[in-house]
Order: sequence, then structure tokens, then C-alpha cells
Amino acid sequence: MSERKPLIEVKNLRIYFYTYAGVVKAIEDVSFTIYEGETLCLVGETGCGKTVTSRALTKLIKPPGRIVSGEIIYYSPRGPINIVELSEEELREIRGKEIAYIVQDPGAALDPLYTVGYQISETMVDHETVRDWKEAFRRAIALLRETLIPEPERRAKAYPHELSGGMKQRVVISIGLSNEPKLLIADEPTSFLDVTVQAQILELLRELKARKGLTLLLITHDMGVVAEMCDRVIVLYAGTIAEVGPVERMFYRPLHPYTTALLRAVPNPLQRMEKLEAIPGTIPNLINPPPGCRFHPRCPYAMDVCKRERPPMIEVEPQHFVSCWLYAKRG
Amino acid sequence: MTSMGNALVSVRNLRKYFPVGGVLFTKAWVKAVDGVSFDIYEGETLGLVGESGCGKTTTGKLILRLLEPTDGEVYFEGKNVFKLRGKELREFRRKANIVFQDPYTSLDPRMTVFDIVMEPLRVHGIRVEDPEQFVVKLLYEVGLNETHLYRYPHEFSGGQRQRIAIARVLALRPKFIVLDEPTSNLDVSVQAQILNMLKELQKRYGLTYLFISHNLGVVRYMSDRIAVMYLGKIVEMGPADEVFENPLHPYTRMLLASIPVPDPKISRSRRRTKITGEPPSPINPPPGCRFHPRCPHAKNVCEKEEPPLIEYSKNHFVACWLYAKR
Ligand SMILES: Nc1ncnc2c1ncn2[C@@H]1O[C@H](COP(=O)(O)OP(=O)(O)OP(=O)(O)O)[C@@H](O)[C@H]1O
Ligand SMILES: Nc1ncnc2c1ncn2[C@@H]1O[C@H](COP(=O)(O)OP(=O)(O)OP(=O)(O)O)[C@@H](O)[C@H]1O
Ligand SMILES: [Mg+2]
Ligand SMILES: [Mg+2]
Repeated sequence: MSERKPLIEVKNLRIYFYTYAGVVKAIEDVSFTIYEGETLCLVGETGCGKTVTSRALTKLIKPPGRIVSGEIIYYSPRGPINIVELSEEELREIRGKEIAYIVQDPGAALDPLYTVGYQISETMVDHETVRDWKEAFRRAIALLRETLIPEPERRAKAYPHELSGGMKQRVVISIGLSNEPKLLIADEPTSFLDVTVQAQILELLRELKARKGLTLLLITHDMGVVAEMCDRVIVLYAGTIAEVGPVERMFYRPLHPYTTALLRAVPNPLQRMEKLEAIPGTIPNLINPPPGCRFHPRCPYAMDVCKRERPPMIEVEPQHFVSCWLYAKRG
Repeated sequence: MTSMGNALVSVRNLRKYFPVGGVLFTKAWVKAVDGVSFDIYEGETLGLVGESGCGKTTTGKLILRLLEPTDGEVYFEGKNVFKLRGKELREFRRKANIVFQDPYTSLDPRMTVFDIVMEPLRVHGIRVEDPEQFVVKLLYEVGLNETHLYRYPHEFSGGQRQRIAIARVLALRPKFIVLDEPTSNLDVSVQAQILNMLKELQKRYGLTYLFISHNLGVVRYMSDRIAVMYLGKIVEMGPADEVFENPLHPYTRMLLASIPVPDPKISRSRRRTKITGEPPSPINPPPGCRFHPRCPHAKNVCEKEEPPLIEYSKNHFVACWLYAKR
């Protein structure tokens, strides 16, 4: 990737959920860029904000959640647009058409009452990217073929319950691809699937991405999936970005103590490991997150400043950013 | 590893068929476990891996007699578990126990930690001199402390709940524990804490584990030996490093080739075995070798006859016609 064109720029995003128990500060000052044609991974543990961040990209945050501040600049074919300022009507033009989602649970994503062919066709008819239902249905079958579903003509007439988990996920991917989106967001697309099926779906995503020149935002908590799929990685911790960088640097020269610890905590199936290095403590509650760096209570290198001030994002090497006081020169 | 010591648990031709479509009008059976034999040696961890629905949990429950078998035997300390009665059965229930996957549903929400940990003792009529001190000691063993004594499950994180579930099992000083996906619902940072703790407890108390998981990295980390299941059958079994470094069965190879490896250079340069198909339904499993429809090496015989589990090299077993002679 020599010349990289940004597709989406997220700037100082802040998303809070106003609940009974208090204000959940789910996303706190998050900034990052998605470049055209890349596979970018958002990785992190439960509740760190992966889903909320990705849904914000088309402003799919429902009450009690709210985008409190920040900008999401989408470099659309019509020029740059701030997604945060768009109306629902304008957003409908983008969702499912220019930016499409694949969710974790393919079973829940499909409507049990309609055939899969109908459901794929429907997205195209809704967005008027086809002339009529007949053309939509033809395209649906072609999409099923592209996602390697055997006997696509017959399968198009099947109901979701007649298909295996892996097949359902292929259908969901077909729906995602139906309007030839620029950006495909896949939120843990394989975590409900068996490992042999997961391998096939990841392979399919890789292949489709290359062939169609898609941009892929892949969300996962599995470091193995990150290593296999991504060009660049964003490590989220408790609603903040810990580190951003190219995949190889992230694995071989991680900067943030959390990234390092996370990598050492994953059992590697290809190696005999004597002892995993666990990260002490647990993920903080986001109603009262720790002040300063949100990782400081679990960090072996925590200093005084970490408890008081939020670390800035520093570019330590070209394109390799970390938010940690160990790397910041203060004052 | 105290290799091949005494078998604490011996499983012989174990079968469990579940009726499909109600008991009265049974037309078909789910052959969840279909003729499985293996030993678990004292002090070791045997890992049981395989994809969803292959029969791992059913095997674990049968061993503990939480289910009655359709056929076959399980021996614990030399005694047939399914024939135990009265005092002997109670003794078995004390010595052999299970930790489930879901720390959210396995604890009674209305009980305090103290009550949860004490309950098995009440059930078994075991008295301890100072219950509070007894429970606190156990809580320390699992990385909790006295401040947690009178709190309720909802006040704890997933990892902490799993610690409570483990403390409860330890209260009876068991010899054998089935760990059924004990960390599948936990984040990796917490998973590592629990796995390390389970290893330490095993050393300290000489525990024997059957460790069930579909996560191959976790299984490798935990196990001395590994058994690979596919649709109710064991297709391969051997020392952990052997199975991972020198897999014999085409299914094991496919599984290993499927795992995303947390190392970008390796995962991108890896020669890829072609991965095809999905596990079929155990209601009408394919005849012959159950893996044959997905197997790149399937021959004629594989469609017709079931391959026996043979010892291909020392302690390394495989059920596949590539290795077995007819
Ligand atoms: N509707 C809601 N009400 C209150 N809090 C919410 C709501 N939705 C999300 N949150 C909070 O926002 C934070 C981020 O959630 P998010 O779903 O993005 O996490 P995630 O990284 O996708 O986690 P997982 O890996 O479990 O999917 C969490 O702390 C969560 O509790
Ligand atoms: N009580 C039951 N009644 C009917 N069928 C059952 C019952 N328990 C299990 N089965 C079936 O038996 C098969 C094996 O199930 P089992 O729970 O042992 O699989 P598993 O390997 O533990 O899977 P997972 O990884 O999803 O936990 C499955 O097809 C399951 O649907
Ligand atoms: Mg999520
Ligand atoms: Mg199970």
C-alpha cells in the first residue's frame, strides 16, 4: 500500500450510555482512520467497545446511548461527509449500501419466515440497485455462488433453518455484498462457528476482499484471527485505544503493556507453552473507569502520572501509535 | 508427566443414544457417543477436543454418571460406576466432580459465596469445625478472599464466578474433575488466570482432569494427552505434543490447519490443507468412517467399514484406514 487514501476518519469520538446505574463511558476520545482497500482489525476483550465503535460508523447508536462528541468523516463518492451530522434518511442511503455489516450470529440476522434468496434480493430492491425483483433474484443466486454455496439455485429457495451455521453466515455475507459496498464491517463473523467452518469463512472473506477491492473492518477478540487476516490492528482497552499499528509490528514489537500482556496470555496451539502470563485483575467498570490511563490498575509499569492523566497518542514509529506514558515525553 | 501410571478412570465401549422426536414415537437416535474407550491416568490431564456436538459434554457427564449410558462401562478406581449404590455412590460423587462452562448459570443467584461453597458439604453430610475459616481457606486457593464471603454471584465478574465454582468443587477434596469448557466464556486475560490456577491446583492436590474444549490452543496448554472426537467417536489419541506435531488422522490435520495462529508470519506462510464441509448431523451419521465425506484421502473401504482405533506408534492411537490393516 504505497499511497493510502482514507475512507473513514474517526476523530475524538465519545459515546456514552445514560443508564439507571449511571453514565457508561463506553468510548472515550477515540480517533482512527480506515484506509481504502485495507483490512483493519479492532481487537480487544469483552466490553472494550468494538461493537459500539463499529456501529457508530453509520450512527447506529440507539438510546440510552449517544454520540456525545466527535466526528466521523466518510470520504464518500460524493465528497467528505460527517456521518454524525446526517439525518436518518441520509443514513439509510449509506447503510447496507455503501457500508454494510455482517454480525456475529447469522441465525439472528436472518428472518426465519423468508427464503434466503428473498432476503438477499430485498436489500437490493430497497436500495434500488436493481431494476426489479427478477434481476434481484438473479443477482442473489450469483452472490450465493460467489460465497461458495453449493447448488445456489436450489439454496436460494431454502429457509434459514434448512441451512447449517456456516451456510447461514455465507448468506449473511451475500446480503452484505449485495449492493457492492465500499466498506464491509464484520463483527465477530465467526465466533458462533466451529473452527473448520471459521477457517472457510475467513478464507472466503479474504478472497472476496481481494477480488472486489473491498475495505474490511474486522472485529474480533481472537489474536489468531487478527494475525491471519489484518493489515493493521487497533487494540482497544476499556473504551480507549491502546495501540494502533501494522500487524507484524503489533505481534513482534508491541509497544503498549496491554498489547504485550494480551499476546502472552493467548495459548499458542503451535507451541508447547510452560506457563501463560495472565494479566492480573479484571476489566474496569465503565461507569467509574479508572482515572488517567484506564489500564493503570492492571499495568506492571504504572507510574504516578498514569493514575492522573490520560496518556496522549504518540507515533513511535511511522504508522505505529501508542497511548502510554512510557513513550511520552512530558513537559 | 507420570506417563501411563495407574488408570483412575477407564472408559469401555461407552455409548449414549438420545431419542429424537419424543420418547414414544422414536424414529431416530442421536448417537451422541458411539463406542468410545480410553483411560485417564492418575494425576494427568486428558484433553478432549472436537467441534460442536461431537459428544464431548455427553462423554464427560457419562463418566460422572450424570447420565445413564445406552451401553458400555466406566470404571473409577477399578469399580464400575454404573453399578455403584448407596455409600459407594456417594463416595464416588465426592471424589469425582464437574465444572461447567457457564459461570453465569451454574451458581444459584440467591446464595452467598459462603453458602455456595458449603453446600456440597451439607449434601454429603460432612462437618467441618470452623466453616467460615474452611471457606476462606478455599477462597484463597482460588484467588479470592474473606471480603467475598457474604456476597452474591451477580456481584462478581465471569472469571470470579468460575473461581467460586472451582472452590465449591474443591470443598469435597475430589480426585477427579471434569472441566467442561471452563474458560470458553471468559476473556483471554482472565482465561490465562484460570488455566494457570487449575494447573497449580492440580499439582498441589494431585488432581486428575478431563479437560473438554474446542479451543486447541487451550487444550494443548492444559493437556498431557489429547483425544480428538468426531461425531461420537474418538478418531485419534496420544501425547499432546505428538498429536499436535505429528497428527495422524485427516480430521486432526484439518482441525490443526483451521486454527488461526497468533503469529502473522507463520499463519500466512502455512501450507494450507484444504478445509471442506461441516460436521454432519449425528442423527444419521455417514456409514463407514464418519469423516469420509469430508476426507481428502477417502477410499472405497472408508465408505463401508468403520476403522478400528489402533496403536500406530507407542501411545499414539488412530482410527483411520490409512493406518489400519484389514
Ligand atoms: N445499550 C447499552 N446500555 C448500556 N451500556 C451499553 C449498551 N451497549 C453497550 N454498552 C456498554 O458499552 C461498552 C462497549 O460495548 P461493546 O458492545 O461495544 O463491547 P464489545 O467490545 O463489542 O464487547 P464483546 O466482545 O462482548 O462483543 C460496554 O461496557 C457495554 O456495557
Ligand atoms: N439431552 C439430550 N437430548 C437429545 N440430544 C442430546 C442431548 N444432549 C446432547 N444431545 C445431542 O448429542 C450430541 C452431542 O452433544 P454434546 O453436548 O455432548 O456435544 P459437545 O461436543 O459437548 O458440543 P459443544 O461443543 O457444542 O458443547 C449433539 O448432537 C446434541 O444435540
Ligand atoms: Mg461486540
Ligand atoms: Mg459441550
